[in-house]
Amino acid sequence: MTAQALLEIEGLCVGVGKANESLRILRDVSLDVDKGELVGVVGESGSGKSMTALSILGLLPPALDITDGAIMFDGSELTSVSSAEMRRIRGMRISMIFQDPMTTLDPVMRVGKQIEEAYLIHHPRHSRQVARARAARVLGLVGVPDVARRMRQYPHEWSGGMRQRAVIAMALVNEPELVIADEPTTALDATIQAQVLEVLRTAQRDLGVAIMLITHDLGVVAQYADRVVVMYAGQVVESATTEELFADSRHPYTAALIESRPGRAVPGSTLSAIPGQPPSLAELPPGCPFAARCQAPFKSERCFTEETVLAPSRDGRLSACHFRDVSGVFA
Amino acid sequence: MTSTMAVLLPKGERSPRAMAWGRFARNPLAMAGALALLLVVGLAVFVPILFTIDPNAIDLKAVRQPPSSAHPLGTDSSGRDVLSRLVSGAQVSLSVGFAAAAIAVCVGALVGAIAGWFGGKTDAIVSRVIDVFLSVPTVLVVIVVAGILGPSVPMLVGIIAGLAWPASARIARGVVLGLKEQEFIQAAKVSGSRSGFIIRRHLLPGVLPPVTVAATLLVSEAILLESALSFLGAGVRPPQASWGNMLTEAQSLTVLSSMPWLWLPPGIMIALTVLCAMAVGDGIRDAIDPKRNT
Amino acid sequence: MGSLASRLASSVLVFVMIAMGLFLLVRLAPGDPVDMMIPPETVGADREAYVEAMRDRLGLDQPLPTQFALWFGALLRGDLGYSYANGQPVGQLLFDRLGPTLLLTGTALVVGLLIAIPIGVLTAVRRDTPADYGITSVSVLAIAVPSFFLAMLAIYVFSLQLRVLPSSGMHSSGRTDLPDLLAHMLLPVGILALAIAAPFIRYVRSGMLEELSKDYVRAVVAKGASPSRTLIHAFRNSLISLVTVLALYIPVVLAGAVVLEQVFSWPGMGQLAISSLTTRDYPVIIGFGLYVAALVLISNLVADMLYSVVDPRVRVGR
Repeated sequence: MTAQALLEIEGLCVGVGKANESLRILRDVSLDVDKGELVGVVGESGSGKSMTALSILGLLPPALDITDGAIMFDGSELTSVSSAEMRRIRGMRISMIFQDPMTTLDPVMRVGKQIEEAYLIHHPRHSRQVARARAARVLGLVGVPDVARRMRQYPHEWSGGMRQRAVIAMALVNEPELVIADEPTTALDATIQAQVLEVLRTAQRDLGVAIMLITHDLGVVAQYADRVVVMYAGQVVESATTEELFADSRHPYTAALIESRPGRAVPGSTLSAIPGQPPSLAELPPGCPFAARCQAPFKSERCFTEETVLAPSRDGRLSACHFRDVSGVFA
Repeated sequence: MTSTMAVLLPKGERSPRAMAWGRFARNPLAMAGALALLLVVGLAVFVPILFTIDPNAIDLKAVRQPPSSAHPLGTDSSGRDVLSRLVSGAQVSLSVGFAAAAIAVCVGALVGAIAGWFGGKTDAIVSRVIDVFLSVPTVLVVIVVAGILGPSVPMLVGIIAGLAWPASARIARGVVLGLKEQEFIQAAKVSGSRSGFIIRRHLLPGVLPPVTVAATLLVSEAILLESALSFLGAGVRPPQASWGNMLTEAQSLTVLSSMPWLWLPPGIMIALTVLCAMAVGDGIRDAIDPKRNT
Repeated sequence: MGSLASRLASSVLVFVMIAMGLFLLVRLAPGDPVDMMIPPETVGADREAYVEAMRDRLGLDQPLPTQFALWFGALLRGDLGYSYANGQPVGQLLFDRLGPTLLLTGTALVVGLLIAIPIGVLTAVRRDTPADYGITSVSVLAIAVPSFFLAMLAIYVFSLQLRVLPSSGMHSSGRTDLPDLLAHMLLPVGILALAIAAPFIRYVRSGMLEELSKDYVRAVVAKGASPSRTLIHAFRNSLISLVTVLALYIPVVLAGAVVLEQVFSWPGMGQLAISSLTTRDYPVIIGFGLYVAALVLISNLVADMLYSVVDPRVRVGR
């Protein structure tokens, strides 16, 4: 990690209600994204990865609030920035891609116009022609064929994969510094998934855009991410470069996730799955949230009593496990 | 988001119905409405038994008297006691309201459930009927029919119910269409239950809550319709009192300007009763589904 | 949904069925249907002969379906019979009254919507604030209080106590100028507009709330849109259902107008219908019934058409 990361989330806590009694959705989440790098944020449903993303742009649902922590973006503290300033950042310096392309676009507005709108919001003095040209260009960039005709169509005339490309185009039209992609391929077919991810990678390489890619699919992360952040039960449990993570994970949850990928199973044997369920955030047990399901040989009493904190191991690996120094035990 | 919320909420120990009753009880507006409604109904039922002033007794020597000890709300243009007419009118207006709502809701829920369950042609026809009926103005239909055949209370109830059942049918149909896809219904079908059985045991209980809400709102609509039609002379005709036809007298400027006891009480009673029914309806709706946006 | 042509055809079919229903209904009513068709000036022996000739012409000895065909044929030619009360042709009577009713209904609709839309959007945006509760309470009150009672209260306050507005009619005697008309319109249009706005505020509010909770709105906010731009996106989507609700609501508005015409002695179709009711003037009532039926069918057709115009998913899909 470089000294001045583009995005620095430090100790972020999000809960329902502001008082001490609040239900904590995110506990002490810290992660960085550097300029131009692709960070994969991985976790099961309910691990808090989407909430983290929404917090950055102030898009949390009304019931939730940021109760603690800081989000630094290029020197500005996003949690305390004015709403006018936040509107300047959204769509211009930080863009977001949501999960379901079928519902992300306005159904009664032509696709081209929606992308032009993304441009014109931040360039109000520019003409419609300029906006149209920019929109056409970025649509071509994401691989939409027959752009001129397609732009005049409505979203329901586009397929799911195409719509997601339009959404990515909308996110890229102002050449932002950071794109947050919240499970951009989960709602798409496997073949389309690969195409859409390639579009993102192209954007990263050609435009120098940093990408925060949120997904539950380790395979995607392995293939595209420079660094990986693993989340569980609202906390970050491990953070490392992709090679380090897959070669030598320092958290039993990460190891179990890697182990449970279908690709790793020996044909004929049963797939290994992580037994049990993630804990209810309302009834988090003391100690490590993963303790009940942990299969590590070194699991001890400590895991059920002592709170876990994301901290560096002796050789600089970030993990929340008490036994972060133990390496290569579960290959 | 949904999975996060599912993980957050602790498990409840009471049945959904008990919880719904609890929510209703804690809703001050709904409880007030329910209480007031019970009061009005009670008044309509018990007062005539306890106090026997004939609402239709004409006394031409005591025409248009202001409130006094003999007549707590004064007398009307024929010397009849306003208070007892108010109570008698309550009987009529409430009966019409409840009867029309009950018929419409029963018929509508059944038709809607059947249409939703069987689908296909039946559903298509029923849906078409529902769509057209929803925009037919009851007041105007009653005026035309009453104009030809003469006003009558059974006709009134019949037409109100006859035009109001599609609304309940649409609700029931929606619920059934949603339930049809659910696994427990598929399971019942697969295990060989007959359609009639499924409709009775599984679908109707699901249809009941939203249809009940519709029923209370229908009661308030029916009361408004009856009062408007009686006011116009197409509903309940004198000498039988109705809140609506008590207001017909107020069309004279003399009455309007100087005899408030003649027209304020019936108008207020209509508004009050309708408000109570609406409060109860809203209360039930919120009790059933507290997560609703509206 | 079906194509426009088939909808038109089924509407015509329904209209004919309703006409049949009304025709049969009159047969059930007391009175001689032949009298419907004869100008009342004819009396005495003349009338007897006229009746005979009419019976013959109407073919009253003929089977019912033929009678209906004759009557319906006359209808299509614009001959709706003659009023019992004053002998005027029914078609003419109703037509003369159409103007005032349209004026009342149309103005009230426009005013009602102009009130309801901004307020509805406001209550959606400021949900659960005192403003929301206040406005919702007032609109609930406006729905619960019968419009004719509200009208009486208004007349009491403005005409009788404050003496600023006239209490009845469309014009003061002798005057035909605009300010006088407007003064007479103020109360009836105001009350009707309120009666329209009250439920519409709730429609607009729930429509907006539903749209505002959708994903595309969040995506628009994520683009950096201002609150007003976001609202416009949501509103344009809610317009689809709002517009069709409106088209279907028009017959109900007419019903409201009928009641208020009675209270304010407004010389429209509604007032005519009510007076015909008391005098058992069947031809007028039937004519009125046919007008209403036509209105309902037309507004259904309009609602269908509007739906395909406003929702691109339906329009472009053809």
